[in-house]
Amino acid sequence: MTGEQFVFLAVSGLTIVAGILVVTLRNLFHAALAMMLSFLGVAGIYITLGAGFLAAAQLLIYIGAISILIIFAIMLTRRMMQAQDTPFNSQAGAGLLTAVLSFILLVFVITRLWRNEIFDSPPEVPTAIMNQIVVQLGADFVSPDAYVIPFIVASMLLLAALIGAVYVAWPQVEDEA
Amino acid sequence: MQIDPIELLVRALDLTILAYLREQFAEQPTALLIVNIVIVLTLATVPLLMVFVVGWTERKVLARMQDRIGPNRVGGRYGVLQMVADVVKMMTKEVIIPAGADRWAYLSAPVLAVMTSVLLFAVLPLAPAVIGVDLNVAVFYVLAISSVSVVAILLAGWGSNNKYALLGAFRSVAQLVSYEVPMILSILVPILLARSMSTIGLVEAQNIPFIVFVPVAALIFFVSSLAETGRSPFDLLEAESEIVAGFHTEYTGMYFGLFMAGEYIAIMFMCALFSTAFLGGYRFFGLEELTTTIMGYPFFVGNLIGAAALFIKSAIIFFVFMWLRGTLPRFRIDQLLNFNWKFMVPLSLVLLFTVAVLDKLIFVWFPDISDGGRALIHLASNFLIAAATIEILRRRIQRQRRALEPAVVAEATPDLEHAHAH
Repeated sequence: MTGEQFVFLAVSGLTIVAGILVVTLRNLFHAALAMMLSFLGVAGIYITLGAGFLAAAQLLIYIGAISILIIFAIMLTRRMMQAQDTPFNSQAGAGLLTAVLSFILLVFVITRLWRNEIFDSPPEVPTAIMNQIVVQLGADFVSPDAYVIPFIVASMLLLAALIGAVYVAWPQVEDEA
Repeated sequence: MQIDPIELLVRALDLTILAYLREQFAEQPTALLIVNIVIVLTLATVPLLMVFVVGWTERKVLARMQDRIGPNRVGGRYGVLQMVADVVKMMTKEVIIPAGADRWAYLSAPVLAVMTSVLLFAVLPLAPAVIGVDLNVAVFYVLAISSVSVVAILLAGWGSNNKYALLGAFRSVAQLVSYEVPMILSILVPILLARSMSTIGLVEAQNIPFIVFVPVAALIFFVSSLAETGRSPFDLLEAESEIVAGFHTEYTGMYFGLFMAGEYIAIMFMCALFSTAFLGGYRFFGLEELTTTIMGYPFFVGNLIGAAALFIKSAIIFFVFMWLRGTLPRFRIDQLLNFNWKFMVPLSLVLLFTVAVLDKLIFVWFPDISDGGRALIHLASNFLIAAATIEILRRRIQRQRRALEPAVVAEATPDLEHAHAH
């Protein structure tokens, strides 16, 4: 086993164990922390795959923003100091459906690539591209041949959300009458 | 694999030893792994040891500003070993875990706080070839890692089972998350100018330091780095003289010491990052490129000059940090958030937009402009932005004063206008 494989197995194990903890821990706050750990493991997988930018983005977005938001939501909506609720609820059916669908998707993807040459010899990406990967990403976002429309749509969505947030948070004007 | 001990010594003296070892063992995965682990340990240990120096300096300088002598017993008349004594004291103190604390969260928070600070040093270029790892997304990495430090604060506040610690954590997180925005927006300006996110790329692009190009961005970055590290005047969250300690109220002994160490390491890094992004990092009038020969081996004497240059630049920034702490009173939490969202964020957005458009236009209109000309144009636009900002602020404050004291201002205004007319 090479060092790379060992690291891959370690971070995958971390991701999976933390993922199981998320759904089994009774304390909701601990579940949120376990989810952070799981996100950290995913970032580790990105690093072993040589996608440094993606790993940093994973840290910044999922741990630095989304998890913090979730923790804040938990802290503000529950009496966290006493919460020892059971994590089981009546949505087992929907959960099972999601799990089965995800599993089918993964099996589909993996079997299509199985014994494909991509598995045996991953394509070598030229160093020039790897060094300029962020530049390439930025250029593709605004290039009409690439992702300009999804990029603009996402921007509009974010702008709408931003305006909505400001509107919701705006102090209500007292009615004179 | 043959390693010449003399060459090893020369490499050790000019700081390139780690890169040299990496190169020598590039073919042997196991040895390379060990070398890399040694590099990581070195990079992690040096900042931790630097805390002694930084802590002592701060106490001494701050004492002088307040007309005191400061540490003067332990280790001679200058008290140089004061921090060592403090650490020994903290090590020997009992670690008290409060009743009902969340053990895991409580105990992992200080470790995480130090970890996130130490991890930042991986991408700091000390000299031309001396860097932990030259990531092409280094600045992005820094932002990602520092966003994780928020988690440590939440863990500490929640794990302590103390409502004051929890409130302190909420306020800390509000502060950190808010000031992250102008910090990111202002560090994007040097990235734009350098066309690179790697820290080495940032330094190499600064034939003229970026502070000459964009002083306003440098100022915004400086102020938000003060807030990100929780320094005065943004230290209301652990205001030593008024409230207890914010999110780390319940921490004792070395666990409290770890928070302090993490804070100092983050401060050192912020000073170094400011030097790297705006003051040219290790560059010092080309002297950082100097090379001589010792015993037949090239000796990169420039590395030492470069490291010294970075150290002195960072020390100057750190002096300003201490100076502000010694002189400025604290903000209130509402002032702090208003200042960020209504002043820093809009200003940095305007600045980023201006620099982006202007820099593009400069290269369209004057394809072969010199660095000096480019710097002058950016400097002029920065002055315009600064002047406009000050004018807007002046009017706004004037309006506020009128609203507050209508009678007084009504009386005073004619005189003021009269005085202006002449």
